[in-house]
Parts: sequence; structure tokens; C-alpha cells
Amino acid sequence: MFGDYSLGDLGSIFVMQGFAGLILFSVYVLMALGLAIIFGQMGVINMAHGEFMILGAYVTYLCSGFFQAHLPGLFPAYFFVAMGLAFLASGALGMLVEWALIRHLYKRPLDTLLATWGLSLILQQAYRSIFGAREVGVELPAWMMGSVQATDTIEIPINGLFVMGVTVLITLAVALLLFASRWGKQVRAVMQNRVMAGAVGIDTDRVDRTTFGIGCGIAGIAGAAFTMIGSTGPTSGQLYIVDTFLIVVFGGAASLLGTIASAFSISQTQSTLEFFLSGSTAKVLTLLGVVAILMLRPQGLFTLKVRR
Amino acid sequence: MLQTVPAAAPPLAPTVGAAPLLAVSDLHAAYGQSEVLHGIDLSVAPGEIVALMGRNGMGKTTFMKTLMGIVPTRAGRIRIGETDVTALKTYRRVAAGLAYVPQGRMIFSAMTVQENIETGLTVTGAGKVPGDLYDLFPVLLEMKGRRGGNLSGGQQQQLAIARALASRPKVLLLDEPTEGIQPSIIREMGRTLKKIRDERGLSIVVSEQVLSFALDIADRVLVIENGSIVHEDARADVDEAKVARYLSV
Repeated sequence: MFGDYSLGDLGSIFVMQGFAGLILFSVYVLMALGLAIIFGQMGVINMAHGEFMILGAYVTYLCSGFFQAHLPGLFPAYFFVAMGLAFLASGALGMLVEWALIRHLYKRPLDTLLATWGLSLILQQAYRSIFGAREVGVELPAWMMGSVQATDTIEIPINGLFVMGVTVLITLAVALLLFASRWGKQVRAVMQNRVMAGAVGIDTDRVDRTTFGIGCGIAGIAGAAFTMIGSTGPTSGQLYIVDTFLIVVFGGAASLLGTIASAFSISQTQSTLEFFLSGSTAKVLTLLGVVAILMLRPQGLFTLKVRR
Repeated sequence: MLQTVPAAAPPLAPTVGAAPLLAVSDLHAAYGQSEVLHGIDLSVAPGEIVALMGRNGMGKTTFMKTLMGIVPTRAGRIRIGETDVTALKTYRRVAAGLAYVPQGRMIFSAMTVQENIETGLTVTGAGKVPGDLYDLFPVLLEMKGRRGGNLSGGQQQQLAIARALASRPKVLLLDEPTEGIQPSIIREMGRTLKKIRDERGLSIVVSEQVLSFALDIADRVLVIENGSIVHEDARADVDEAKVARYLSV
């Protein structure tokens, strides 16, 4: 498959596909961070996570339309507002869902799986009724278009750089929140032993609700980033949810670093193979690789070495 | 060997006759349909150490969990000082002054020693671990950066006690603290518990199967059997043989 390309071409292809993979990686990381926190802390398998992401994408779409129509002067900066609003919208919906649905189903993992799957269908239909079945795209401000010409054969898109920057910032913020703040300490305590966390004086209900909200809010930001690499439709989230679960399981459910490493390896393999093979063959190879590694390391890539 | 305990009363000996710090009346608790506690009455004076003895499956742990609100109360009342905590959630009971060292220690094994203690600070609002906790358990200061799960059993027990004390409790509940711990550490723990009581004037309820440890630290010994209290003695006039008979299988 490499035979038709010169060595220099191959190098450029790898760099550019690698970069395309990095954008995919960014969306995966943002999705997986939220999912990993929610799954890791509450043991809730949130099948509607993709729909929370798409909510963020639709918010971005609405913002882009609103700024174009009413505030054209501020249009170059709209994306930042959109990301903030996407976080708030998805986060608020997440907290509402936790309050109305999830909290009644703790300790019943299969039921939460079915309930959130049902929720994802409801949300999809809601999007279809509100925004129509056709996929929508957002208008990017001029400064995000175009690309940086690194060498004669290598071009790097600016919006990709932007998405990566956002991902790095959010990942750092989440890590800081989890490992340096009081809230993070409470989250980790609840994650490890819910009953005992209550018995040392932590309000576990409140921690659950904010955690669910923040996890969903990050999915909303992933949705804002997603608008740059794909068009937004009612069912677009479905395409990502399976991959994201794969990443969380592959990385080791309790490890932030594992989630990032696994998102990186899966998105890069996927993106590089896609150039040379068809998309589905690339997916098959990626999945086979993941299956093989999980057979050798069922606990995922990264685990903590402590006595239980 | 049990007679070697000095007879002199500790400086902050139980104030008998004072209003109880922990008052439990007619407490019933059940797992589903099967009732496990059948009306337990207990009042603990400020600065008093009460040992709750009993064999496995007699309701010691259930009693502790019911006090903490982990097992729901079916009937009866629990008061901490003036506060009725019967209907409160677990974390609110901690804020009201209860602290809990569970059987099996249940420290947060993936968190560091310091972080473990800091989780206990939640209800006080303090940000830093008070130094007097590390004075009580110097080994924890040495190990404060280590993950809790990598400590030995005895160190984990100390960590669990320190975590409970971090919330500045009025009443400390310990569920079988000697389980799986070597004898020299058990004696050390007995000394520490009495020291904590003397320094802070809190009340301690400890469930135990080891009679020597109970007699070493307690002011009063209760025996629980099949979910009811069947025997009660002050430390001074414990009929050792009789209590031992309750504990033998």
C-alpha cells in the first residue's frame, strides 16, 4: 500500500494524517474525559453522552447564526462565547437529567444503561423536531480558516490548532480540578467508596450532581469543537459514543492519563490507516488491535498499583 | 494480666450523671423484612468509653451503621447532644458530631495519606490538616505522600482514626478496630484512644470481640446478642467470666 508514494510524500502524508488524527483525538479526549469521570465516579454508563455533545454543537450553530445576524462586528470572537454556552447548556441539562432520572437508578447499572439509551433517543427526536433532520454546518470566522504552510507538502489547518489548544487547556483544567481542588478530593473519595465518603462528611448527592453536570458540560465543549470536523445532525453523536466507550475502557476506567493515552493511540491509528485503506478496514484493524491488547491487559492501559 | 491496668482514674473521666452526649432509645433496624436490631437503648456520657461486645452476626456492625445512617432506622431515636439526628443523612450526622471508623478501615486506597485526612475536614471547612492529628499519629506525617492503600494494616487503622477525628467529632464510633492487627499495635491503639478521650473529652463507642482490649480501654461494657443488649457492667465490676461466656461460640 505504500508502494506508489515516494519517501518524502510518505513523510508528509504521515504528518498531515497525524495532524488530522490530532483533531479527532481532541474531540475524543473531550468526550472521554466527561464519560470517564461519570463512569468512574458513579458507575453510570451514559449512553446519551453523544447527544450531550451534539447539544453543544447545536448551541455553537445557533451562536454562529445569532452573531452573523445581530452582532457581525463580534463574529470573529463568537466561538469563545459558543464554547462557554455549550458548556453551560449541556451541563445544565446533565444536572437536570441526574436529578430527574439517574439518581433514582444508582446501583442498577443495567437500568441506567437502558434509561440513558432511551434518553438519547428522546434527545435525538427533540433535535430532529427543533432543528430539522438535515445536517447543519457552522460558519467559521475568517481567522480560523485556512492553514499554515509548514513545508511545500505539509499544510496544517488553523482550526485544528485551535481545537487542540482548547483541548489541552480543558484537560489541564480538569486535572487541576480533580487533583488540586477540594471538590476534586471529594469526587475521588466518592468514586472510591461512596458509603465511606458520606461517613466522613461528604454530601455525596451534591457531588454526584455537579460531577454529572461537569462531565456533560465537557461533552458540550467537545460538541463545539466537533462542528469544525463534521456537520451536525440529530444522530451525529451516535457515531462517537461507541468509540468513546472504547477509549475509556481501553485506557483504564479510573485513570485520566490512561484515557488520554488511549484516545491518542486509537485516533492516530484510525486516522493514519484511513488514508491508505478504506474507513471501515481501518476501523476493523483498530478494533482488532484494541481487542488483542485488552485480552492481555483486561484492566486497561493504566492502573494504580495499590492494595485494595 | 488484666489486673495490671492502673486503678487511677484518667483526668477527664466520664462525667457520670451529666446529660448524655449520645442518646439512643428503642432503636430498631432491618435489612428488608428481617429485623436485626430489636430496640436498643444506650446513652453515653461526655468523655465516656463504651465497649459493645458480641459475637459475629449479633448486630454490632449493624448498630454502628444505623447510628451513621448507612442502614435505615426503622423505629427509635438517635440524639447527639441536643440534636435529633434520626432523620438526617449520613453527612449531616457527621456535621452534628458523629465520626465513624468502620470495620475493615475503608480508607480511600488510591488517595494519599494527607488527602485521606483532608476528606475528613469537609464538614469543618478547614483546608489544612491540623498539626495535633499528626502529633497523635507521627507515622502518618512520615507517610503523608504515600497512597493509603500501600500502608500496613495498623497504619491504615491509624489513618482511619485520624480521618474520623479530622471532623472534630463529639462521639467517635469504632467498629472492631483490633481486627487483623498485631498485638503490640493493639496496645498502642488502646493508649491512643484513651489519650484522645482525655485530651478532647469526646465519647467513644467501640465494638469489639477481644475482651482484653475492651477491658483495657472501656469505662462500661455492654453485650449485644441477637440484636438486643443482654448484659451491662461498669468497668470496675465486670464479671469477666460471664462476659467471656457470651463471647464464646
